[in-house]
Amino acid sequence: MIQGIPLEHFLIVSTIMFFIGVCGFIIRRNLITMLMAIELILNSVNINFVVFNRYLYPDQLQGQFFSLFVVGIAAAEASVAIALIINIYRNMKNIEVENVNEMKY
Amino acid sequence: MNVLMFYLFSGIILIFSLLSITTRRILRAAVYLLFVLVATSGLYFMLKYQFMAAVQLTLYAGGIVVLIIFSILLTHHITHRFKHPNLTKLLMGIGATTVGIGLVITTILSHSFKAGTAPELPVDMTVIGNQLLSTGKNGYILPFELISILLLAAMIAAIVIAKKENNKNSEI
Amino acid sequence: MTGYTYTIFIILIPLVMFLVTGLLGMKWKPIVSGILGTIGMGIAWTLSLITAGSYFFGTHGAEGFQAIIPFEIKWLQFTETLIIKMGILLDPISVMMLVVVTTISFMVHIYSLGYMKGEGGFARFYSFLSLFTFAMLGLVIATNIFQMYIFWELVGVSSFLLIGFYYQKPSAVAAAKKAFIVTRFADLGFLIGILILSFVTGTFDFAKLTEPGTTIFASAASMSFMGISAMTWAMTLMFIGGAGKSAMFPLHIWLPDAMEGPTPVSALIHAATMVVAGVFLVARMFPVIHFQAPATQEIIAYVGGFTSLFAAVIAITQYDIKRILAFSTLSQLGYMMLSLGVSGYGGEEGLGYMASMFHLFTHAMFKALLFLGAGSIIHAVHSNLMQDMGGLRKYLPITHITFLIACLAISGIPPFAGFFSKDEILVAALEHNKLLFAVEYIVAGLTAFYMFRLYFGVFWGKDQHYHHTPHESPMTMAIPLMFLAFMSIFSGFLPFHNLITSDKMGFETHTDLMVAIPSVLIGVLGIAMAWILYKKESVVPAKMAKSWGILYTATYNKFYFDEIYLFVTRKIIFNYISRPIAWFDRHIIDAFMVGIGLVTEKVSYQIKGMQSGQLQHYAFAFVAGTLAIALSMIYLLM
Repeated sequence: MIQGIPLEHFLIVSTIMFFIGVCGFIIRRNLITMLMAIELILNSVNINFVVFNRYLYPDQLQGQFFSLFVVGIAAAEASVAIALIINIYRNMKNIEVENVNEMKY
Repeated sequence: MNVLMFYLFSGIILIFSLLSITTRRILRAAVYLLFVLVATSGLYFMLKYQFMAAVQLTLYAGGIVVLIIFSILLTHHITHRFKHPNLTKLLMGIGATTVGIGLVITTILSHSFKAGTAPELPVDMTVIGNQLLSTGKNGYILPFELISILLLAAMIAAIVIAKKENNKNSEI
Repeated sequence: MTGYTYTIFIILIPLVMFLVTGLLGMKWKPIVSGILGTIGMGIAWTLSLITAGSYFFGTHGAEGFQAIIPFEIKWLQFTETLIIKMGILLDPISVMMLVVVTTISFMVHIYSLGYMKGEGGFARFYSFLSLFTFAMLGLVIATNIFQMYIFWELVGVSSFLLIGFYYQKPSAVAAAKKAFIVTRFADLGFLIGILILSFVTGTFDFAKLTEPGTTIFASAASMSFMGISAMTWAMTLMFIGGAGKSAMFPLHIWLPDAMEGPTPVSALIHAATMVVAGVFLVARMFPVIHFQAPATQEIIAYVGGFTSLFAAVIAITQYDIKRILAFSTLSQLGYMMLSLGVSGYGGEEGLGYMASMFHLFTHAMFKALLFLGAGSIIHAVHSNLMQDMGGLRKYLPITHITFLIACLAISGIPPFAGFFSKDEILVAALEHNKLLFAVEYIVAGLTAFYMFRLYFGVFWGKDQHYHHTPHESPMTMAIPLMFLAFMSIFSGFLPFHNLITSDKMGFETHTDLMVAIPSVLIGVLGIAMAWILYKKESVVPAKMAKSWGILYTATYNKFYFDEIYLFVTRKIIFNYISRPIAWFDRHIIDAFMVGIGLVTEKVSYQIKGMQSGQLQHYAFAFVAGTLAIALSMIYLLM
């Protein structure tokens, strides 16, 4: 526990970060920036896990491990996403998300 | 001091995450993301989770950001600037964001968290390693193995997806 | 008493032969499968003889022949009490059946080497034969009624496969289906009977069911349904299953048609082994039937008696030699059933039981001989019909002699085997039921008459104009004929009354001259009539047929039973039950399901325009939806 900083402040920071990520995901046109927005979302979740762990259950490590696994999943997700993006780029010569609507119906 | 550091890191996180989704140059966006991730790892250090912070630095700030920058370089001209986002999407995004932030923050503030009173567990590498590979209570061997399989699958998938299909015509 | 563990090989060898010839037979020359199957069967036969030898003539205590279980495993365990076991039960009747099945099967294996030579699917034929033998052996050595039921069905399947062996022929396919459906229908009764029986007694094991003085039926006394006790229901339903397999009236319709199969198959399955499974079942359950369900025993006696008379009458008018033999099989099976039906339990009282098993044994020998002989004739003449035959004694000397022996045996002329067993049955019937005794006398005469009608019609009479001169069969076919002829002559002298009895204790029998002499006389009378009518080509039979008019036509058409069944199923059941059900299924249930699909399709067609394909719209919808749900949860529900 850190002297003088209430738990809520961490949570507020992570919440804002989360919704900035959501906002970025919705408004950006570029697939790579959308990917970055997703990284922001995951990161904010990680902060939540770690903070809850430290403040509420300091004698255990669940939160930290979950963050670790989230990081692992983020890495996997990023690698696959970038492979997809490269493939899309190769086929369409750009990576604007508006153009990727082949699967409409 | 701690308090100051916290607000510094929080400021960095908020400002640069906002910047990274609003800048019109993609490479800058990546660099701003890097700042956000580094500041997050600073938060972890403050919370005395050194291992987590190190992972954050190496994997996130190191690995993933580098990966993103590579892909940017593969797919963009450096000087490329984005068009402005269209208005409907902007409104949709900002609307959802404000509602969401308001909702979550009010909920957080209305809830009183009970701080844990148990003595802090020293988080050294031995404890982490033991718990990560233990099968008993507080053991995480199963998710650990699952993650390793997932990573392997992701690696193979990434290779298969990104691979150039040279002999497309000869097969047909 | 564990010296019988080798009996497991009697079962396993045919199974292995089935798998080997069935899986690999395509790759070999056909004859390899045949020789392999025959050798395997020979080994099984030898083992059976050894078993029988050591069981019957080895040492046994004063208690008589006790049942031995050399091998038993738990096959399926559902609960603590519901256990299905697989094992080998050796007692007098199962050991006797082992001998019968392996002997006939071995003979048929040898015979088929010659008979089936050059036929397509030779390897398939042998693998099916092995499958059948395996199933039949599994049936006879079953330790419990459920094992018996499993092999019972397996026997039905292999019978189906073998009847439909010439699957290009529509009539063979129809016959196979008919046999399978009729027996399967009867097996439904068998299964229900098993369920009732095991519900009442809590066991499947024959050992517990047939134990003298057992108390497991105590709970049955209070149970009844529609005024008839539970045990009578169970036993009657089981008898229906047995009647289906043994082609008892009115479930006999499949057996004549089953003659579409290759002749060796008819000899093995539809004369000697499978069709006696029903008799075997009744014999196996005999103590239960006799003590717990006397009403069922009455039914068995009358069904047996009626079937024997009915089939014998039909046999007189038929022209297809295999069908004559099929009806004669029906008739003889009726004898065996009747004999069980009039039998008592223990000692002299159990004469009927012993006579039934005795007749089963001798009948297997001479009926297999008759069928194999018929196969030999068909092989030479390439026809099944008596009109195409005549004067064959010059061309087929071995077949002629052996066939004559078999005819004498089935007609009950001493000293051939049939005389002894039939005599015992008549004695048993005389002691218990005068009416059935009279019926059996008539049937004995009819049997002699139609068998010798067949004999004279085929081997004597005028030479037909054969396309090529008929020739004697090869040695592979002649040897089984000679062996079975030997058995038909001498198996009557086997001391069955010491070996196979209802209470496992031997007793002394005596030939009752008051019964034996008339029975021989009536047999001779039948033969004499056949001699007069059929030895020379004459117009008398045709005239007689004409004078009997409608009765003759009805008999010739098997009393129109096939037509009645067809009418009932096709006109009544199909029209008034199946059609409405099919209509209901198609128009109500299916329509409901199809309607769900159609509605979904229509609706989705209407709303698919809402999809933009834009990932970010979806993401927004997702986030907004989540927020909306969260808002409503927080502010509306709390």
